Amino acid sequence: MSVDVEIAGIGIHPFGRFEGRTVTDMGVSAVRAALAEAGVGRGGFQAAFCGTAYAGVAAGHKVLGALALTGIPIVDIEAGCASGAAALQLAAGAIRAGQHDCVLVFGMEKMPKGIIRSSFFEPWREEAGLAATPAYFALRAQRLLRESGLTPDDLARVVVKNRRHGVHNPNAMFRKEVTAEEVLGSRLVCDPLRLFMLCSPNEGAAAVVLRRAAGSSAGRVTLASAVLRSHLPGSVLGEATPLSGIDDSAIPPPSTLAARDAYEEAGIGPDDVDVVECQDTDAARELLAWEELGLCARGEQRSVLDAGDAALGGRRPVNPSGGLLSKGEPLGASGLGQVVELVEQLRGIAGPRQVEGARTGLAHTVGRGANASVTILTRS
Amino acid sequence: MNDLPASTRPVHEGLFQSDPPGLLGTRCDDCSQHAFPRATTCPYCGSERVTDVALSASGTLRGWTTVTTAPPGYGGAVPYGFGIVELPEGLRVITRLATPDQRFTYGLPVRLQIVALHDAEDGTTIETWEFAP
Repeated sequence: MSVDVEIAGIGIHPFGRFEGRTVTDMGVSAVRAALAEAGVGRGGFQAAFCGTAYAGVAAGHKVLGALALTGIPIVDIEAGCASGAAALQLAAGAIRAGQHDCVLVFGMEKMPKGIIRSSFFEPWREEAGLAATPAYFALRAQRLLRESGLTPDDLARVVVKNRRHGVHNPNAMFRKEVTAEEVLGSRLVCDPLRLFMLCSPNEGAAAVVLRRAAGSSAGRVTLASAVLRSHLPGSVLGEATPLSGIDDSAIPPPSTLAARDAYEEAGIGPDDVDVVECQDTDAARELLAWEELGLCARGEQRSVLDAGDAALGGRRPVNPSGGLLSKGEPLGASGLGQVVELVEQLRGIAGPRQVEGARTGLAHTVGRGANASVTILTRS
Repeated sequence: MNDLPASTRPVHEGLFQSDPPGLLGTRCDDCSQHAFPRATTCPYCGSERVTDVALSASGTLRGWTTVTTAPPGYGGAVPYGFGIVELPEGLRVITRLATPDQRFTYGLPVRLQIVALHDAEDGTTIETWEFAP
């Protein structure tokens, strides 16, 4: 019998721009909230995993140092956009293996504005203009439109949906609705992607306390699976952003690999999922995630949009938090931000964003590496 | 013999040759896949038995967009074309494209050319490659 891992506490520092506030300050805020909710203090947890890509050396130690909670093992984890989810996966594994009973997981970031600069790219690749991350997104979007019959209008509909959801999220950076006309009229960044179709790198933090579940308890939110996968060799258009590859239509992307493993580990299928938080780095990325996660078949995205299935009030809402398009993306925090949203949804405390009767939620991130994560949460 | 500085240099050594123009890659002796840029191992099978080759200068356009804002560390002018070109060797290359062009279509034949990217502080012209119709 496998060990059940419960979510004992959650905490979040809003995602946005916070002049004068350090990444450590934001981490402290989220960690303090999660520990308080879990009723855990010094001696109550045996390890901490911190996801961050840009916060630098021993970033997690600085946060726990500020709270006088050091002494336990603290591990900083970088896995691109999946950093927070990678930390969660390692923490859950440590509990399931019997190594620890209670583990703190947090993620945080304070990113500069504009196109993300990454040490992943060699200096010559930047100099030659081949480190243009949004251009990669645009090529992937162009391929999706060509192969699925979707149009820029459909991309705009994703933005309208997520920004409408984000209005009700006090932790989101953008809380104003946008119209399809505004999206399609915003500046062309890399055709077919326009400014409003791309998420903003920003700042924020999120934290989760995981604990070995004892006995049974109605309403408890448990981790049904937490999976991290990387890309298989070959794809030219994946988040691995290679300089060359092969025709990749037959190569399963890392998100699909992670989803398959996560469904199997949880013993469920896509039809059992009530609410989804997925990677919407750009609007096309979300539509691609739908098929990668098995939420719809290739080419079915338009009918899902037409039916309103992915909107709040629909059959299976996607990104009720507003997604990264509303929240912005602080890399290390984004995956745990999704988990915080899903826990609120499963507890039934998400207010105007509530997905009625949600019992099973799925969180998905994918980014540089490539790294993809799928996390499934259930309420007993 | 000649102390004059070179008037041009590539953005990075070992990426391409100018005469005849072509990208420099490797072919795996074990799985036969081609790779770019050159590497000491095959990224498809991990073999260390790879052979340096010059890749074809002609290819087929498989994706294109226009970069309108200079990305961090970029040395050239905006806007510029960016896309995917499939080479006859079965390899798809992420590449700069000639000035954004309305004629870009899926499957368009394109050809590699060596072009000036920008001038360095010492006056040297930095060169790179791009594909053009």
